[in-house]
Amino acid sequence: MIADVITPEEIIKTGTIVFKKTENINEGALSYCPGCGHGVVHRLIMEVVEEMGITADTIGVAPVGCSVLAYEFMNVDMQQAAHGRAPAVATGIKRVFPNKFVFTYQGDGDLAAIGTAETIHACNRGENIVIIFINNGIYGMTGGQMAPTTLEGMKSSTSPYGRDVHNAGYPLKITEMVAMLPGVCYATRQAVHKPTLVNKTKRAIQKAFENQRDNKGTSIVEVLSNCNSGWKMTPEQSNIWLEENMMTYFPLGDIKK
Amino acid sequence: MEELKLMKGNEALAEAAIRAGADAYFGYPITPQSEVIEYLMVQRPEKRTGMVVLQAESEVAAINMVYGAAGAGKKVMTSSSSPGISLKLEGISYIAGAELPCLIVNVMRGGPGLGTIQPSQADYFQAVKGGGHGDYRLIVLAPSTVQEMADFVDRGFELAFKYRTPVMILADGAIGQMMEKVYLPDPKPRLTDEEVIEKHGSWATTGRSGRKQNIITSLNLKSEVQEHHNQDLQAKYKEIEAHETDHEEIQCEDAEYLMVAFGTSARICQKVIQLGREKGLKLGLIRPITLWPYPTKAIEKYAGKVKGFMSVEMNAGQMVEDVRLAVNGKSPVVHFGRMGGMIATPGEVLNAVENHLKTL
Amino acid sequence: MTEEIIIAGFGGQGVLSMGKILAYSGIMQGQEVSWMPSYGPEMRGGTANVAVILSDDRINSPILHEFDTAIILNQQSMDKFESTVKPGGLLLYDPNGIIHPPTRKDINIAIIEGAKEASEMNNRKVFNMIVMGAYLKLHPIVKMENIHKGLEKSLPSRHHNMIPMNEDAIQVGMNKVKWQLNLN
Repeated sequence: MIADVITPEEIIKTGTIVFKKTENINEGALSYCPGCGHGVVHRLIMEVVEEMGITADTIGVAPVGCSVLAYEFMNVDMQQAAHGRAPAVATGIKRVFPNKFVFTYQGDGDLAAIGTAETIHACNRGENIVIIFINNGIYGMTGGQMAPTTLEGMKSSTSPYGRDVHNAGYPLKITEMVAMLPGVCYATRQAVHKPTLVNKTKRAIQKAFENQRDNKGTSIVEVLSNCNSGWKMTPEQSNIWLEENMMTYFPLGDIKK
Repeated sequence: MEELKLMKGNEALAEAAIRAGADAYFGYPITPQSEVIEYLMVQRPEKRTGMVVLQAESEVAAINMVYGAAGAGKKVMTSSSSPGISLKLEGISYIAGAELPCLIVNVMRGGPGLGTIQPSQADYFQAVKGGGHGDYRLIVLAPSTVQEMADFVDRGFELAFKYRTPVMILADGAIGQMMEKVYLPDPKPRLTDEEVIEKHGSWATTGRSGRKQNIITSLNLKSEVQEHHNQDLQAKYKEIEAHETDHEEIQCEDAEYLMVAFGTSARICQKVIQLGREKGLKLGLIRPITLWPYPTKAIEKYAGKVKGFMSVEMNAGQMVEDVRLAVNGKSPVVHFGRMGGMIATPGEVLNAVENHLKTL
Repeated sequence: MTEEIIIAGFGGQGVLSMGKILAYSGIMQGQEVSWMPSYGPEMRGGTANVAVILSDDRINSPILHEFDTAIILNQQSMDKFESTVKPGGLLLYDPNGIIHPPTRKDINIAIIEGAKEASEMNNRKVFNMIVMGAYLKLHPIVKMENIHKGLEKSLPSRHHNMIPMNEDAIQVGMNKVKWQLNLN
């Protein structure tokens, strides 16, 4: 039996709103490739901020990478940080405005390569901030180079024959690393390529912001994302590849809570 | 009431920061300026005024903490010495690009590389000609006494906020380490969060409440927009050049020969004037107080009128280029300096002056 | 009046703090002062020196090539600073550990056996005050009451109970200093 299909016109006629874009996402198109997970995570953060009623008190820090323009999409006060320095910038903001909600939004190159020191030390100080970490295993913006999280054997423009761990080292599980620091109150890994996972990710982000509200220390939410452009796949293929490869090495779930 | 103390330059600067109503200091220890953060930690400024003092994991992190806090409209500073300033330059360029007010202190030591921990003025080029990438300027203040180490903190913050631009105090290990009498300024209260929002809420990330979102960035992907931004910056720099250039003239009125020197070198040159005049040599000194903007006109005024100029520096000859630009060929200009942390004594400088005079 | 002094010896001999007490005492009598230390590894036991200037006028250079007085407390410092005393100036030294005593004939040279006196007082910490006392006997540039105030200012208040002991040491220095060469 074929289920009843409800057309958009019918939904509008009933007057029931089933989805409304948060006003914390600016009008205009995102600069991300179609199929990429960044946009979903942007929306989730901004929904959480709106639902918690903290829009006027939230300050975000954008990284260098694909999400360098995150401040154009997320409609809260934001600062754009030098490559890797977002946790230091966030520290500066949070220390002089301890009552504000401060979050960083960083990719794997930004957070786990050039910014490793800032990441570890912000976490080690237990800076009362939220770190949103998008892990897609590649440098997207600069055109698909190897990232610290690029999987063994995975091809990129700087590992054209696949990542050779004897030359380039191993994919870095930085969330597991910082989870062991006493300053970190919450470390989790989520994904956004399926609706159920999107909902889980939103709950994780909400928990992270609640931790900040309750002065618990650093919360880091890693989100596995596909990079269909960088991985040279269709969005659908990339989602399958993410499940079969990324999620094996980077398992989902709470690492510390 | 002003308070009289005997303090090291580094300590006077740190105390002045608390009294200037600074909101935060972010730093990383490095000789010869570690007394700044040590003094601040002893003083418990979080209790005295609510000022935040944080030892960062690196100079890189410290300058980016400054970026964040300055971007939030707060009065923040950092300090370091030469190798540490090199590390901070990326952040300084971003701060200049994003037009954030802040104070950066360089207590110079000899270089290049790890160099020496002894005093030097070898970061002149780095401070006044760029250092970091892109077309930007720092307002550079050059203290030559412990008193000025204290006074330039508030002056630096005022300039930083007036023009929304980073300001550097360019000192050296000698001024940082020496003790002199210092009259400490009266304390200014820190601004409350509400006052910060009122004064700087139009641009700073104080939270989007009743206004459009504020963005702190140095990024403009469109070249047309970036060029516009560059033009705005240049216009601001012209304004600063027109209004903020500062220098001191010491016994220039009747001088037949002029030295140009800043910081510790300027102190030494004052002794050289005394020793020279005892021998009948009419020497004078132009002391730039702002190294950028540079007191070109003050030097120009004497070009062609004195027998010669000597730029006395603790380096291989950096400021001498700006002296030459100002003199523009109208009088002979030479450089005299020691390097690597060596400080020229008044006797050595006088000797060099006498040798130069013999050739004129 | 301007007095330009170099005090030089080992780190740990109290060279820098002697200079600081002199500088504070100068402030107490309304003078301009500067205290310019060598700094760096010598803080941890190498050679240490400090140039102290007390003056009725504005001090121009804190860095000098010649001094009215050199107070010298080890051989390395003797090698470095004997030649920097202005003709007619004063060189005061502790002969303990000095292999090559000063040989100049155009300066006043005085001796204080500071280390010996300090050990006789059973208090090696007052060594620098003994030396300072010897110096002040020969160049009474600051009054004792201002030295007292200088000690109060430069010592943390928890150590103020040690001021009388320091003043005793200054007195010992004043009594025990002797001339090697007196031009006057």
